[in-house]
Amino acid sequence: MITLTPRPFVPWQFVLAVPFLAVALTVIIGAVIFALLGFDPGLTLYEFFIKPLSQPYQFGNLLVKACPLIIIGTGLVFCYRANVWNIGAEGQLIFGAIGAGLFALNFPDVTSKWFLLPMAVAAMIAGALWAFLPAFLKVKMRTNEILVSLMLTYVAGLFLDWLVRGPWRDPMSFGFPLTPAYGDGALISALILPGVGRLGQLHWAVPVSFVIALLGWIVMQRSKTGFQVRVMGVAPAAGRFAGFKPDTVSYGVMLCSGALAGLAGMIEVSANIGQLQPNISFGYGFTAIIVAFLARLNPLAVILAGLAIALVELGGDAAQISLGVPKVVTGIFKGILLFLLLSGETLTHYQISWKNRNG
Amino acid sequence: MLDELFITVMLTSVPLIYAAIGELVAERSGVLNLGVEGMMLMGAVAAFGAASYVAHPLFGAYVGIIAGGIAGGLTACIFAFFVLGLATNQVATGLALTIFGAGLSGLLGAPLVGQAIEGLPRYSMPVLSEIPVIGGVFALDIMAYLAVFIVFLVHRFLYHNPAGLVLRSVGANHHSAHALGYSVLKVRFYAICFGGVMAGLGGAYLPLVLTPHWAEGMTAGRGWIALALVVFAAWKPYRVIIGALLFGGITIMQLAGQAKGWAVPTQFMSMLPYLVTIFVLVMMSRISRLSIGAPAELGRPFIPGR
Repeated sequence: MITLTPRPFVPWQFVLAVPFLAVALTVIIGAVIFALLGFDPGLTLYEFFIKPLSQPYQFGNLLVKACPLIIIGTGLVFCYRANVWNIGAEGQLIFGAIGAGLFALNFPDVTSKWFLLPMAVAAMIAGALWAFLPAFLKVKMRTNEILVSLMLTYVAGLFLDWLVRGPWRDPMSFGFPLTPAYGDGALISALILPGVGRLGQLHWAVPVSFVIALLGWIVMQRSKTGFQVRVMGVAPAAGRFAGFKPDTVSYGVMLCSGALAGLAGMIEVSANIGQLQPNISFGYGFTAIIVAFLARLNPLAVILAGLAIALVELGGDAAQISLGVPKVVTGIFKGILLFLLLSGETLTHYQISWKNRNG
Repeated sequence: MLDELFITVMLTSVPLIYAAIGELVAERSGVLNLGVEGMMLMGAVAAFGAASYVAHPLFGAYVGIIAGGIAGGLTACIFAFFVLGLATNQVATGLALTIFGAGLSGLLGAPLVGQAIEGLPRYSMPVLSEIPVIGGVFALDIMAYLAVFIVFLVHRFLYHNPAGLVLRSVGANHHSAHALGYSVLKVRFYAICFGGVMAGLGGAYLPLVLTPHWAEGMTAGRGWIALALVVFAAWKPYRVIIGALLFGGITIMQLAGQAKGWAVPTQFMSMLPYLVTIFVLVMMSRISRLSIGAPAELGRPFIPGR
C-alpha cells in the first residue's frame, strides 16, 4: 500500500523538474502502448514529435497551433487557481467565433484592419456571455459548473451548425454548410518576418497570444486581483475572513476565461479559416485544460506548455495521414501527460513510501 | 407504432442506467469520477472487438458483454491508482481518464471501423409481450433486464447490507470511518471498479444493441449525461431508472420529431437532452445538497494518517 507523508518543505528543483519529467515519461509510455499494439515505436515517435518540426516553415505552424491554446490556457489558469472548474471553454470559443462572425458577415466590404478590433470585442463579449450562464448558476443556485459548462459546449456546437446551415449560409455555396467568405478587414494577415519572409501559416495573433499570457502573469503574480484569486483557491475561509468576495471571484475568473476563449475562436476563424463552418475548432477548448495543468497553473509557463501540446497536435495530424490512426489518438498522449502531471503535484508535496500501513 | 417507440425509449435508456448506477456507487463512497465517458468508450470498443473476433451468431454478443465489463473495470483501475494511491485531484484525473479513454479506444477501434457484428438478440415473451403499449417491457434483450436487476441489487446492498452501510459511511465522513477501523481506500477502490465495470457494460450496449458497428466517440456525451443523472436521482438507486427513461424519452422524441418533419430546426431538437440536463441540475441544486443525500466527502481525497 502506498503511504503519503507530507514534506516539511517543497524543494524548488521538484517544482521545476515535474513538467519535464512528465513529458519525458509520457513519450516513453505512449511509445510502449503503440508498440504493444503492433506499431513500430520508433516510427510512431518520429511521426508524432520529429516530423512536424523537420522543416523551418513548420515552426510557424507550431506557433499557429499553440496560439489558441495559449490564449484559452491563460484564462483557464485563473479559473483553476480559484478552484472554479470551467471545462466548457470549447463552447465559449464557438460562441466567440459566432459573435465575431456577426460583425464580419454584416460588414463584408470593410477593408481596414481596424475592423478586427470591434470583432475581437464582440468575440470576447460573446464568449463571456456563454461563460456567464454556468457562473450565474454556480453563484446563485450552487449548480455544478463542470456539467453545465460542458453541456453548453454541445449546445453551442449545435447552434453554430444551425447558423451555417440555415440563416448564415452562403446562397452561393452550392449547398455546402459555409457562410460567405470574410471581407479583407475581418481577416488577420500573415506575419512577415524581416529577413525570413513568411514562416508557414504564422500570423499576427501569435505575438498577441504571448502578450496575453504575459499580462495574465502580471495580473496573477503582481496584482491584488491575482492575489484574491490565489487565496480563494487555496484557502477560501481565509479569503472570506480577509473580506474577499467568493462570488465576485467566481464571476471574474469565469467571465475572463470565457472572454479569452471567445477571442481564440475569433482568431481561429479570422486567421486560419476565413469563414464560418460547422467545425471551427479541433477541441482547442478541451486541450487547453491540459495546457493549463502542464504550465502548473502559471500564465507565463502557459506559452511553453502551449507549444509542447501544439507539437502533439501537429503530430496527430501527421500520424493521421502516415500511420492511418484517427486524430483522437493524440488523447493517449494528452491523457497520460495529465495523469503524470497530477501525480507530480502529489510527489512534490508528499513523500511516498511503500510501507504497509492500514489505510 | 407506439409500442415500437416505447421499446426504443427503453433501449436508449439502458446504457444510461448502467453508467449512472456505477457512478452512483462510486460517488456514494465519496469519489467523483468524471471519466465515465472514457470508460464507456473503452467498454464499447472492447465489446465490439470481442464480438467481431468471436463472430459467433449466438455467443459473439455475450463474449462482447463480458469484454466490455472487463475493459471498463480495468480503465477504472487506472483512475483508482491515481486518485487513491497518489491522492490526485479527482476532477482533473477524471478528465484525463476521459481524454485517455477516447484516444485509446480510437486507436484500438481504427481497424474495426466498417465492420459489422451480430447484435444481442431480443426475446419476446409469449402472451405478455402482446399487451398493447407496455407489452414492449417483455420484449427486450437480456442486458436491459440485467440493468434493472443490478439497480435492485445496488439498492439492497446500500440500504440492507452491512457492507453497504460501510460504503455510505466512507462517503459521509472518511475520517470517522477510518477511526472505526474501516479501510477507506479499499472500499473506494471496490466502488471505483464497480463503477468502471458498469460504465463498460453501458458502453458495450451501444455497439451490441443500439448500432451494430464501431465509431470513434460513439458515446456522444452519454457518460456526461449519466453523471448528471446521478444528481437527478439524488444519489438514490431506483430514481436512476426514472431519470434514464426520461432522457431516453427526450432523445427519442427529438429523433421522432425530426422524422416527422416538425417545424423546429433539427439542431434545436438535438439540444434538448443537454438543455434538459442543465434544467434538471438547476432544479436539484435548489434543494440543499446534503438534504437530498449528496455524499459529504464527494471529491475529497483521503490520505491515511492525516
